[in-house]
Amino acid sequence: MAVAQIEFSKELQSFVETWKDKPGNLIMILHRVQQEFSYIPREAAERLSRDLSMPLAKIYGVITFYHYFKTTKPGKYRMSICLGTACYLKGGQGLVDEAESILGIKGHEVTEDGLFSIDAVRCVGCCGLAPVLMVGDEVYGKLTKDQVPEIIAKYKSLG
Amino acid sequence: MVNAKINGIPVQVAEGTTILEAARKVNVRIPTLCYNDDLPPWAACGICIVKVEKNPKMLRACCTPIEEGMSVITHDPEIVQVRKTVIELILSTHPDDCLQCPRNGSCELQTLAAEFGVREQPFEKRLRDLPIDASTGSLILNPDKCVRCGRCVLVCQQMQNVWAIEFLGRGESTRIAPAADVKLAEGPCIKCGQCSAHCPVGAIYENDQTKEVWDALMKGGDDAKTCVVQIAPAVRVALGEEFGLEPGAVITKKIYAALRRLGFDRVFDTNFSADLTIMEEGTEFVKRFTDYAAGKDKGMLPLITSCCPAWVDYMEKYYDDMIPNFSTAKSPQQMMGAMIKTFWAEQAKVDPKKIYSVSIMPCTAKKWECGRNDDMWSSGEKDVDVVLTTRELARMIKQAGIDLVNLPEEEADSPLGPYTGAGTIFGTTGGVMEAALRSAYYLVTKEDLKDVNFTGVRGISGIKEARIHIKGIEVRVAVAHQMGNIAAVLEEVRKAKAEGKDVPWHFIEVMACRGGCIGGGGQPYGATDEVRQKRMAGLYTDDEKSTLRCSHHNPAIQYAYKEFLGEPNGHKAHELLHTSYKKLELYK
Repeated sequence: MAVAQIEFSKELQSFVETWKDKPGNLIMILHRVQQEFSYIPREAAERLSRDLSMPLAKIYGVITFYHYFKTTKPGKYRMSICLGTACYLKGGQGLVDEAESILGIKGHEVTEDGLFSIDAVRCVGCCGLAPVLMVGDEVYGKLTKDQVPEIIAKYKSLG
Repeated sequence: MVNAKINGIPVQVAEGTTILEAARKVNVRIPTLCYNDDLPPWAACGICIVKVEKNPKMLRACCTPIEEGMSVITHDPEIVQVRKTVIELILSTHPDDCLQCPRNGSCELQTLAAEFGVREQPFEKRLRDLPIDASTGSLILNPDKCVRCGRCVLVCQQMQNVWAIEFLGRGESTRIAPAADVKLAEGPCIKCGQCSAHCPVGAIYENDQTKEVWDALMKGGDDAKTCVVQIAPAVRVALGEEFGLEPGAVITKKIYAALRRLGFDRVFDTNFSADLTIMEEGTEFVKRFTDYAAGKDKGMLPLITSCCPAWVDYMEKYYDDMIPNFSTAKSPQQMMGAMIKTFWAEQAKVDPKKIYSVSIMPCTAKKWECGRNDDMWSSGEKDVDVVLTTRELARMIKQAGIDLVNLPEEEADSPLGPYTGAGTIFGTTGGVMEAALRSAYYLVTKEDLKDVNFTGVRGISGIKEARIHIKGIEVRVAVAHQMGNIAAVLEEVRKAKAEGKDVPWHFIEVMACRGGCIGGGGQPYGATDEVRQKRMAGLYTDDEKSTLRCSHHNPAIQYAYKEFLGEPNGHKAHELLHTSYKKLELYK
């Protein structure tokens, strides 16, 4: 391959080895890869293609099918704003618009300082808290859009 | 057997038969779009929906097996309306530039829209504006036109095992693209063009180079070049389909006449250089086989054929460990190109720089092959300047107002025109092997075969095997076509080599397309196995009618060796008629 061999951690390597021959392994492995790199670098997909003897096209078919998997590096703080039915009805889209306007990014873009990216996601599984925004694994529920600047400022100060 | 009714008409079919197939049996045509005879039903479009009595749901006829006692209704006002709505929905994401589309007149979506009398656009137009990919020079991928029927993906992955394209994204934003959104030329694409031959619309099509050829033909004054053309074996049994003839109609001499009327100064036949390929490849095989039989250098067998450029590309990407086993003989197209700009140029006293060499091929990969590596400039010039597919030639003939079907027959030009029956069967799976065996037998024994027919390597079956005896030694051969069938053969070779065992076959023929070149990616649309078999039969008829049926009997070939090339596999032959291979990365 033209692309240089990417380093996988020992844990990831043994994970791939364990799952290699099991049916339905690809999604499990992709989850683990994204956990390690915060997205699926092309080099990692090419390495999986070799390690699993699976066409790269098949791997990309899966990566691009699921919104969860990313092919570009997200921000250090990955904001997931829920647009599932409950959150959408409670104003989820307003949260997205507000965050995009504060950060000056759209879609899959990342802020210039590399700190933030926004994902509009479907149901994060706590509809009772709608509308919900997550930053990494932290959940912020029952939000109004005027609370968004405060949340962003908090992570910005952490750098 | 299953007994059922379609529109009240009783039908009896084998278990597992789909409603679509059963309907055809009683002459009921259910409209389809994503369905294709070569592929498993994919049920993507929903145009083939039908009603089944006592079932509240409409079912897709392409993927629903008909059951005992079923009563199917294929056409009523409601069904027709649903189908029409599906077409209107597809059209709502499809550009309206039919008049400028390369598939104008051959588009399956256009035909459906016409049949259903679509007159309005009831849905909001949502076009996608995705970039066109013309990177391969053979094929153009225009994802805006894509109706996401999935045929190209199934063809590329399942029939061909190439995996150059995949559905990326999901839902409304699904698109057909190579992995990681690289360009086609940067991925595993082998340019076989089977995607283009199966695409129902103008989303993947051949790179049309007819304008370049028209320009060359029309050029006058000091810039004018002598325009020379060659036509491939498989073109002669398929071109007629574009002009209302049956598949398999052999119209070689009418094509020669049409090419002259288009303005070509010389008309040569790739069948001649197919005979030449046999001399080179046959000699190569005999050399390797003799060493093998003497116990020397067993690794040089099997010899694997290399006439198919899509296969060459595939081998360099997927089976580079087989490079030592690959015949170094160039394909007939490239041999002809080299001979035109050296041997013929010398004889006709034309400066090779002033020759424009065109080839008419059933194949999109040939467009790529003519620039594959430096060996394709063996004359010092580009041996083949431009390659047109059968479909492009049909367009030129129509544009020129030539009544092909009623044209008086003409002969090809000498000395690169005359051919034998062995040359003509190059266009079908098994043909190269059969032609090679006819001459290999002679090269080893100095005797001719009493019966030149090797029927064991003929036919549409994906992998064929045969054994013949030459001077008491058994020669084992295998023939594979349709790229997805190749792995089964080559994996066995790999296995035998790894275990240090004798190889399962001594000689292997590979062609990338189903049926060989007669089913090539540049052939007229609508190939099914029935059509392919008719085209094959056309070539075998041409072979049987030939007085000479072995390449080594071709007087034009003997003349070329005597006057110009010297010995097969000799120094000059090597310089002009052979090439080399190297490992290629799947992704650049």
